[in-house]
Amino acid sequence: MASSRPRGSSFSRNISSAATSQIPGVKLGPNGTSFLSSGIPDLDQILGGGFTLGSLVMVMEDPEAPHHMLLLRNFMSQGLVHKQPLLYASPERDPRGFLGTLPSPMASKDEKPHERPAEQDSNLRIAWQYKKYLGEQNSEVQRGGKAEYCNDFDVRKPLERHFYSGQRVDCISLRDSPNLVPLLERCAAFSSQISKSDGNITCAGRIAIQSLCSPQCDFSDKDWDMLSFIRTLKGMIRSSGAVAVISFPPSLVSPTFLKRWQHLADTLISVKAIPDEDKELAKLLTGYQDMLGLLSVHKVARINTQVPAILEATTFSIKLRKRRALILECLNQAPVDGSSGSSYGTSSSCSGSSKTGNLDF
Amino acid sequence: MDNSRPNLLEEALVEDGIGSVKIQKRGRVVVVEDCVETSAAFVLHHFLKRSLQPDSSDVVVFIAFAHPFSHYERILRKMGCNLAVQRKNQRFLFLDMLILECPDRNGGEAKEDGLLTLYGEIEKAVEIYSSLEGSRTITIMIDDVSLMEVAANGSSNHMLDFLHYCYTLKAKYGCSLVTLNHKDIYSSANTLPLILQLEYLADVIIKAEPLATGLASDVHGQLTVLNKGSACDLGSSNSKVRNFHFRVKENNVDYFYPGTQT
Repeated sequence: MASSRPRGSSFSRNISSAATSQIPGVKLGPNGTSFLSSGIPDLDQILGGGFTLGSLVMVMEDPEAPHHMLLLRNFMSQGLVHKQPLLYASPERDPRGFLGTLPSPMASKDEKPHERPAEQDSNLRIAWQYKKYLGEQNSEVQRGGKAEYCNDFDVRKPLERHFYSGQRVDCISLRDSPNLVPLLERCAAFSSQISKSDGNITCAGRIAIQSLCSPQCDFSDKDWDMLSFIRTLKGMIRSSGAVAVISFPPSLVSPTFLKRWQHLADTLISVKAIPDEDKELAKLLTGYQDMLGLLSVHKVARINTQVPAILEATTFSIKLRKRRALILECLNQAPVDGSSGSSYGTSSSCSGSSKTGNLDF
Repeated sequence: MDNSRPNLLEEALVEDGIGSVKIQKRGRVVVVEDCVETSAAFVLHHFLKRSLQPDSSDVVVFIAFAHPFSHYERILRKMGCNLAVQRKNQRFLFLDMLILECPDRNGGEAKEDGLLTLYGEIEKAVEIYSSLEGSRTITIMIDDVSLMEVAANGSSNHMLDFLHYCYTLKAKYGCSLVTLNHKDIYSSANTLPLILQLEYLADVIIKAEPLATGLASDVHGQLTVLNKGSACDLGSSNSKVRNFHFRVKENNVDYFYPGTQT
């Protein structure tokens, strides 16, 4: 196994760093940190490389739509594809059943030609400056040989069974237990398994906890217990090579505690659905029809550095490319009504959507 | 820090009156406040670096709830201060509370014990350091009071006791106390006492806020420094408020008045 190799090389910095990057799915970042892919190439790019190893990622859910599940699914799938250990906790009775809904990576055969259609896309919509820009960035990622660091996932195709049958996949239902102690114990066991040995990560792990404070859990009214759990979990993963993603419905946490939760997060993301027939928003934003929802990045993990990360944009639209791959795009204001621009805008987005339709059906 | 030109933060921290350096030797309580959007951790790093200057013999007792030693070591190394060496030289004591004070959930008694042991450790360290010869200021730093509250399972009474104990160290040994807390947590009335008491005890309050106009890449936020000054002058209150912008860089922080940055 690849995991035994870095252990042997303890004498040279060069070799150990090379070994670290050999761990599937781990990329070296600045300030001695390493990144794990979030499973969404665009999100990795926005966050400057992915989720920082040892960081706690919190996702604020939309109360009405399950958009956080998209993030969780891609995050978990990416880990399984990289053969990383996974711990999944959810308030459902049968958390293992969730594994059957994970998206499958697009086959490499699929992936190669997708570069070209993407280019065609950008040529078609070249009038939109941002398209050109995004296209460049995408190809850059692929040229960098990081194709296997982050896969594109097909949200319509379920992950093949062998990905999660043989591996270290642990599932816990939060519903059974009256408190958080069992979950914490499992997390502790999990993170001790993959803990760093003198700074060298031998293996990266992923912890995904869905809807931590949902009312199905008996402990959902124990604010301090949950905070204490998050704090302890944060301390645990910080010293190990794991990333924890916790999603929670912010409306169920009281305002002062919500702030505490937000402070505890290293990376803070919120997702929002967009109402179906919001005429005003549709007028404001281009490509409104294709949007699934909005994603905002409130905080980016700052480990080993004091400089805050200033993003160019904090809110992005979640879209599906060809109804399969999840992509994030900067928001673009539509041209102001009344000018010739508005008709141009609608025609362009129409042609765009009709084209993708042709490809798929 | 080359003292040729003190930056705005240093200026704001200096107390009024002659021989300010001498007065500074007396312990002070500094409360740093920030919010989700803008972290004020860099102010702690600034204090840490200032206390561990090579030409002084000051000692820092650092109680870490938010980040492990490696995090601070890396940051301070970039600022030109080697924490590992300082730790060896007995000038820097790092108490890692990230996991250490893992509370068991069977009632409040254990919590109190946890804080008591922590205080015992601090007091012991302060006693030892102050018994050594040479004049030195001991600075106690807590990098996240709100996490300490979580560790105490939300018992603000225990927290207040703890902070008052630490405050007595100021009177007894002339320790300085620097704490970081998050202002936006304490918005509702029943959580207010802690932050109010902290602010009351403080000699200097430093608040970090985001710009009202949103994120910018060259201005990371604004800092409000309220220096209550020395209490010896009766009558006129000589507290002063300074307000300026900052930009955090890897090895230092730029402070400037709004609009004066070229």
